[in-house]
Amino acid sequence: MAHSYENLPMEDDEFDESQIDFTDIEEQYQVRLDEGLDAFVVIDGLPVVPDDSKAKLVKFILRKLNSVGKVKDDGVHMPVNEEGKTEGYAFVEYNAPSEAIAAVKQLHLTPLDKRHVMQVNKLTDIDRYGREGRIEEDYTPPKVEPFAQTEHLRSWLGDAEGRDQMVMFRGEKVGVFWNNKEEAPEPVVDRENWTESFVQWSPQGTFLTSIHSQGVQLWGGKAWSRQKRFSHPGVNLVDFSPNEKYVTTWSHRPLQVDENHPVPLLSLEEDGKNYIIWDVATGKPLRSFTTLDVPTSTDAEGNPVKKKMQWPTFKWSSDDKYVARMTQGHSISVYELPRMNLLDKTTIKIEGVMDFEWAPATPKRDGIKTYEQLFCYWTPELGSNPAKVGLMTIPTKEVVRTRNLFNVSDAKLHWQSDAGYVCVKVDRHSKSKKSLATNLEIFRVKEKGVPVEVVDSIKETVINFAWEPKGTRFVLITTGEIPAQTAVPPKTAVSFFAPEKLKGGAVGNFHHIKTIDKKNSNAIYWSPKGRFVVVASLQSQQSFELDFWDLSFDKPKDEAEKGEKDLNASLQLMATAEHYGITDIEWDPSGRYVATVASAFRHHMENGYHMYDFKGNLLREESIDRFKQLVWRPRPPTLLSKEEQAEIRKNLRNYSKVFDEQDQAKKNTADKAVIEARRRLLQEWLAWRESMVRMLEEEGAVIELNGGKIPSEEDEGAEEIEEIVEEIIEESEEVVP
Amino acid sequence: MRPILLSGHERALTQVKYNPDGDIIFSVSKDHVVCAWFSHNGERLGTYHGHQGALWTVDVDPTSTLLATGGADNTMRLWEVKTGKLLKTWDFPTSIKRVEFSADGRQLLGVTEKRSGHLGTIVVYEIDPDPEAEQTDEQSLRIVCEDSKPTVAGFSYLAHYIISGHEDGTVSQWDAKSGELLYNAQVHEPDMLITDLQWAPDRTYFITASKDKTARISAADSLEVLKTYTTDTPLNSAAITPVKEYVILGGGQAAMDVTTTSARQGKFEARFYHKIFAEEIGRVRGHFGPLNYVAVHPQGTGYCSGGEDGYVRVHHFDKPYFDFLYEVEREQAQEQANL
Repeated sequence: MAHSYENLPMEDDEFDESQIDFTDIEEQYQVRLDEGLDAFVVIDGLPVVPDDSKAKLVKFILRKLNSVGKVKDDGVHMPVNEEGKTEGYAFVEYNAPSEAIAAVKQLHLTPLDKRHVMQVNKLTDIDRYGREGRIEEDYTPPKVEPFAQTEHLRSWLGDAEGRDQMVMFRGEKVGVFWNNKEEAPEPVVDRENWTESFVQWSPQGTFLTSIHSQGVQLWGGKAWSRQKRFSHPGVNLVDFSPNEKYVTTWSHRPLQVDENHPVPLLSLEEDGKNYIIWDVATGKPLRSFTTLDVPTSTDAEGNPVKKKMQWPTFKWSSDDKYVARMTQGHSISVYELPRMNLLDKTTIKIEGVMDFEWAPATPKRDGIKTYEQLFCYWTPELGSNPAKVGLMTIPTKEVVRTRNLFNVSDAKLHWQSDAGYVCVKVDRHSKSKKSLATNLEIFRVKEKGVPVEVVDSIKETVINFAWEPKGTRFVLITTGEIPAQTAVPPKTAVSFFAPEKLKGGAVGNFHHIKTIDKKNSNAIYWSPKGRFVVVASLQSQQSFELDFWDLSFDKPKDEAEKGEKDLNASLQLMATAEHYGITDIEWDPSGRYVATVASAFRHHMENGYHMYDFKGNLLREESIDRFKQLVWRPRPPTLLSKEEQAEIRKNLRNYSKVFDEQDQAKKNTADKAVIEARRRLLQEWLAWRESMVRMLEEEGAVIELNGGKIPSEEDEGAEEIEEIVEEIIEESEEVVP
Repeated sequence: MRPILLSGHERALTQVKYNPDGDIIFSVSKDHVVCAWFSHNGERLGTYHGHQGALWTVDVDPTSTLLATGGADNTMRLWEVKTGKLLKTWDFPTSIKRVEFSADGRQLLGVTEKRSGHLGTIVVYEIDPDPEAEQTDEQSLRIVCEDSKPTVAGFSYLAHYIISGHEDGTVSQWDAKSGELLYNAQVHEPDMLITDLQWAPDRTYFITASKDKTARISAADSLEVLKTYTTDTPLNSAAITPVKEYVILGGGQAAMDVTTTSARQGKFEARFYHKIFAEEIGRVRGHFGPLNYVAVHPQGTGYCSGGEDGYVRVHHFDKPYFDFLYEVEREQAQEQANL
């Protein structure tokens, strides 16, 4: 009979678990539980007191201990020795292990009074590290490594000819070269597979950074040896602090650090983090952070706007003392170096904050004697509140200047390199939100009360803006409305602005000098020394122009127009050039040369570089298969005082005479070598040809010696007969009356 | 002077040739027709009809009486230049990639393609220079190339040697009487097809062009590489100029890749290099497809190029071309004058 549901035996349901003997399994799979000691801490460094005042002491320390957690009732055990005195230590039991950990973290090394400092350790740690045999009984003094001379990291600055270095990344090879103007660059070092994705100089040129899947490496010195290594698996981007003291590394993937994935120098604390800030000198991580989720916004049609990540996310003050990160729309967190602690333990709440920028130099505001760093930020319109631009001083976190703005759709902050000015480029929409126009709000940071000047004469949208480094002039590029669905980008216009010249060298109001219409330009590259600027069209399909401008051109006297004099500029287009497929422009740090690059990172057409001098003369062009990067090695700031620099400028004529001679001498020897080589080639060739002709003559090769024509009798007595054929095409007769 | 554009062909040019006097240009193309043109004005003199397939090669004898052609219809044909009469057809199992007369015009060689079980061969016929005469069917020499397919070949001075270029980048020297392989040299990069071989006027040295982006001059007797000209594009042709010490190189992106690249990117330019110093001295643009062949006027007064774009461009050199001298050359000329 088959078992049906109805007649299943009832007894099976009443199954009694307790009847089974599990002991063998339990024994096999027993988990050794914590012995409950994790909730205990040991406190050292307590005062030694007689037994009768022990209760008082316990009460005293309990007040401290209870600040981080709850100590169990009667949880303090303070042993008393034979003399009836405490031993200076105590055992404390918390309610939970987490509280014990908190106690160790927060109470360790807290002073009780002038003479006593409390040391708090976990009981299990004492057991783990202090057990007999774990610590050697005899004191061995720490070994002091003998001093080893390290390489001179800035030896390249001592080049006798004052040349600059550049790094070139082509194919899989990375090489550092001396720039030799027209001549082929002289290699300093050239290595295969030096980096996996790109190379980057530190901001003062001391280190060359290479990127690997395991992390970042810094190279330098004469031998180009490895100076530092920062392990950050999957690192994507690197950013240095301005004085090369710290490095930020970032990976889009959260770090994974645990027992199974140990990473040198990183601890469990770094697990799950994206950013690490490192100390370059020690090579050790200072603090790590996770990527903040940018609040997703939607555009007019409700589609999510893909936000580009801001890089660098952690922005450095000019002196490496502070680093700050913005939580968009909420706050800015400022951290103090070198401890990387949050300034005053709080973030700075700025509702709606969209962007901020540190002053690129230590500002010297009128009447401010104390140390300060400034940053500028802006907030959009929130409800009925207007949009705002503010300047905040650190460490006091005072807002020194704000300005209200209306109808703002976007703003960009542009500091002038000396922190003398900050220009806020405000894109404003009309009431109907249909057309855009740009205002420039220029904060004169160094003047009393930080006055703001508004340039509102621009009718179109400004797509690019750049201050003259160390100067007071600026260039901007505007464009009209972008017609919808056209492949051709709209024409742009380049405008130059300069301040009025006032008496006593003061800087007057900013005025428009000139606008060049109907251009395709989209990029502005100032010489790092100011005065000269290259305006170019980069990454365009149609246009590859480069315009070299001089803003302090010495015009012949008679040409100087009236009315130009009171403006601090004299504009002159020095040269125009074209570099097909141009993607990048790099001024050398001395402002003498401009390298333009067609990089294989962007496209594969005619990769290579051009080298121009600052006047726009093409010195050299080279096309290299899979050319990716050319980056000049930056120089640290000059050590000469202002007076010394002025002195050199005054005597430039004498110096340049010497340099010209050197150049000429070098050229002559180089030319001589080339000419010698050619002379040799020519002699060799002629000698070989002569031997060949002799050989042919011996062999009787008549046709060959006649250039392939069969010589005939006729040819010898040939006579050239000139025949003039006159053809009459039309003849007409006219009778002249 | 403005180049003359010869637009009589409907498909890609494969070879262009001047006759020894330089007054006539012969051109062959994939459109089955042989054209003859006046070189000074680009007027068409006539056409030679008869081939049934794409034409690969053409050559004219030193007296400009006979014209040899070869093509994809597996025939090599001999024509009378003056009348356009077909004098002789030789049939082969595969197509003819190259024909060339010896310096005296009494021998004609042909290079046959390697295909469908047939090895590449170099065949030689004795030629009777009289257009009325009956030409022989008998091959005076047949060289079978077992190692690597020959792509180009020619007679050295006095027809001592036959020099052939191969698809593996080597150049071979054969005894032109016995057909014996005398020497084989890896002139170009291994496995880089040699696309052209042209002679200096006295046939003591020759220039080869290759897909390895270089052209090289080698000596006919020793096969020693004397000069190397490096460019940035695969080369299809190279020619040596008489009078001036230059070479002209032509090439460009392979025809099949052209549609994916712009004309600028294709590098469809004729490049002039100094023959002795191997330095680039100039470029001539104009074609909008790769240059398949460049030929120089025998008196060195001009050159013409045939392109994948179906045009022949005839250039006459201007005065600066002849005036240009390197400093060391000028010195040399001065010394010569003083002697």
